Amino acid sequence: MIETLFFITFALLTLICALLVVANPFSRNPVTSAMFLVLTIISMAGLFVLLNAFFLAAVQVVVYAGAVIVLFLFVIMLLDIEEEERRKLKQFSVYSGILVAGVVAVIAITAILSSGIGAYASASPVIQGNPAPLGKILFRDYLLPFEILSILLLVAMVGAILLSKKDLK
Amino acid sequence: MIQFEHYLIVSALLFCIGLLGVLTRKNLLVLYMSLELMLNAANLALVAASRFHDNLNGQIMVFFIITVAAAEVSVGLALIVALFRRRQTTNVQDLSELKL
Amino acid sequence: MNAFLSWSILLAPITAAVLIGLFTKQNSKLSSKLSIGAIGFSFLMTLLLAAVNSGTPEIPVTSSVTWLEVGGLKVELGMIIDPLSMMMLLVVTGVGTAIHIFSLGYMKDDPSLGRYFGFLSLFTFSMLGIVLASNFFQMFIFWELVGVSSYLLIGFWFERKPAAAACQKAFIVNRLGDFGFLIGIILIWSITGSLDFGEISGAFTENPALLGASTAIAGLLIFCGVLGKSAQFPLHVWLPDAMEGPTPVSALIHAATMVAAGVYLLCRTLFLFELPTSWPEDFAWLNGVSSLHIVALIGAITSIMAALIATRQDDIKRILAYSTLSQLGYMVMAVGLGGAAAGMFHLTTHAFFKALLFLGAGSVIYAAHHEQDIWKLGGLRKKMPVTFWTFLIGTLALCGAPPFSGFYSKEEVLLAAYQSNVVLFVLAAITAVLTTFYMFRLVFVAFGGSAKSESADHAHESPSVMTTPLVFLAVLSVVGGWLGIGGYFGHFFDHGAVHHGHHENQTVVMFIGIGAIIFGFFPAFFMYHGAESDPLKKGLGGIGEFLKNRMLIDEAYQWFISRTHEALARLADWIDRWILAGFLVKGIQFTGEFTGRALRLAQTGNTQTYALLFGLGLAVALFVILL
Repeated sequence: MIETLFFITFALLTLICALLVVANPFSRNPVTSAMFLVLTIISMAGLFVLLNAFFLAAVQVVVYAGAVIVLFLFVIMLLDIEEEERRKLKQFSVYSGILVAGVVAVIAITAILSSGIGAYASASPVIQGNPAPLGKILFRDYLLPFEILSILLLVAMVGAILLSKKDLK
Repeated sequence: MIQFEHYLIVSALLFCIGLLGVLTRKNLLVLYMSLELMLNAANLALVAASRFHDNLNGQIMVFFIITVAAAEVSVGLALIVALFRRRQTTNVQDLSELKL
Repeated sequence: MNAFLSWSILLAPITAAVLIGLFTKQNSKLSSKLSIGAIGFSFLMTLLLAAVNSGTPEIPVTSSVTWLEVGGLKVELGMIIDPLSMMMLLVVTGVGTAIHIFSLGYMKDDPSLGRYFGFLSLFTFSMLGIVLASNFFQMFIFWELVGVSSYLLIGFWFERKPAAAACQKAFIVNRLGDFGFLIGIILIWSITGSLDFGEISGAFTENPALLGASTAIAGLLIFCGVLGKSAQFPLHVWLPDAMEGPTPVSALIHAATMVAAGVYLLCRTLFLFELPTSWPEDFAWLNGVSSLHIVALIGAITSIMAALIATRQDDIKRILAYSTLSQLGYMVMAVGLGGAAAGMFHLTTHAFFKALLFLGAGSVIYAAHHEQDIWKLGGLRKKMPVTFWTFLIGTLALCGAPPFSGFYSKEEVLLAAYQSNVVLFVLAAITAVLTTFYMFRLVFVAFGGSAKSESADHAHESPSVMTTPLVFLAVLSVVGGWLGIGGYFGHFFDHGAVHHGHHENQTVVMFIGIGAIIFGFFPAFFMYHGAESDPLKKGLGGIGEFLKNRMLIDEAYQWFISRTHEALARLADWIDRWILAGFLVKGIQFTGEFTGRALRLAQTGNTQTYALLFGLGLAVALFVILL
């Protein structure tokens, strides 16, 4: 019962904050969006905890809220973007965007509800997303992807440095 | 009782909110944040699947996604910075070089 | 032996033509020697061939090589040597040699003599090809080659406008006939599956009803080719205009050989015309009329019409041209009336005396500095004795006076008409009268009396290179008729002898023939002997003008063709303007442009538009896959 309550709370929080990231009626400032993104991430971390993914919840908060969002804020401040001037949004673009997103949502939800996917779910799940079992799988079964991922991060770092250099010579 | 479907519905809605942001917002930075939302929607679905199928592989996948997203954001933001240096704008409507 | 001889006869002229065309065109002396040498060689080979074959039984000797074989179509290059082609070979090479030599004198001042002789050799080759052809396909190829060389030779002086126009006219009118000929060949091939004369005729012997309802049509289609090449009504209009070519060409092509090719073709494909005639249902009203009847009728119409027109012409060559038309009509009529032997006989003698007459006319024209109007000539009898006497022999032969060659052959033709159809016989007899009349008119005005212009006054006899062929042909014109006395030509055709042995008829016809000469000669004598101007000019009034203007046939064609042309052009213009340019071209352009414009709307260059479209696509894909 209490679990349901938590789920509803976190789910609503996630969705409302996400909505405020993309469509905040009071502010168009990217900083506001970034802040709501942090809230979204944290609410999602709550959902992760509900799903027994403890380690991921921590990673989510640390990596997203701690690193990614900070990066966003740095860039915003670096570029010295004043509040997005109130350009008149194109009505057509807004409505068509809402329409497409809505249609996709309706289709996806209808599909989920009609698929009976829940029937395949394990009746009494026992897994615990703790670092120890995760680490075992990660370094045993997924060692090669893990190493490739580290190379990817290295490449991304080099790329980011190269791109943000003032003049490329 | 909260079922697998409920998480999936939240995930789908989150994805669509991200999509809405990508389609309607004009600021490149916000656009990127919307992309992050969509990635997180996928994360949520994967974690839920992992939980309800009693299998940790899904969480590993999420782990990878978070890493890739971090890499992507770092490169993307570097691109935005480079772009801003050149064009003094972060508005997608000003970026229409694809049109002759 | 036969094969070698016949191939060498055929190939000698084309070798000369190729050599002249490729190497010696600039050198007129060498070119003329090559050309004359080639035809002389062919002539000798022909004589040899005749000598070799004289003792053997008269069966067609053929030799052939397969040229190409596509599906059911097998085309052979073959030779057919039978008495019919033998005779034609002799005529073509013999008369041809005389004319080649004559050309040497007549054309000696022409700067492009090399080209002239090259064309002449090409023509000789093509004509020999027709004569030797053993199948329809080969016949058609050489038929067209003859048309081309005729075109080239008529337009030899292409810088003269009338000549350029005349050669095109000749070519186009011939194409009309050849078109029918080609369709006829295809029709026959599609039914019998063979192009070979021997095979086809064999197939018909086995099954005379093979062609079914299209027998008459097939025959008449082949006859279309004859209409064009032998200049029969209504496709005769090109021949008088063809006189714009050099006179030896007129003699060779448009009197002696090429125009006779049609008659030769008729004789060669006679088996086709002798089948029991049947018509398709739409033409059922024609039942009882055979294709030969139509052939004979056309021949008769041509002969009388041309003779009438010839009486009112003033150009010496045109008179002879109409005379040729008239005589060709005779031959065609004879074949049509079942007297193929008579037709061939007349063809042979006509080749001699008409070539002679044309060469005589050429000699006159040459002497009188290209004056062709007979009313500006005159008094040439004393100045050009050889030309005069040979011309007179030719005239007498043409009129059919005994004992010249024309007497024998014309009598055969008249006899054929007399035995088959009285109406045609009367027409033929009237034509004979007219023939004598216009020929003696020509002789009296051009040779008799006194010179009526300066150029005629200064005329003198042509050089011996020109007079020798005249004499040679004159001899042939006299003795050529004796060939037919023993019924020699009758052997060409299995049934040719049928007409012989009616001595009573022969006597009647002979007297009528001689009477026709007398009836023709005296009016000409009284009217034109010593005349300074044409007394008939006023006497005939409108009819005279009508005849002088060649019965206005050219004008009628002109009117008709320009009308149809105009209508067709308007239609084509409309189709082009509205359907092709308007609907198709503009339509395609508009569709392309419209689609392009529509698609361009999607290409905003704005990333989010692309994202939107992508999202839309995603929605559609999800809808299809998930729901």
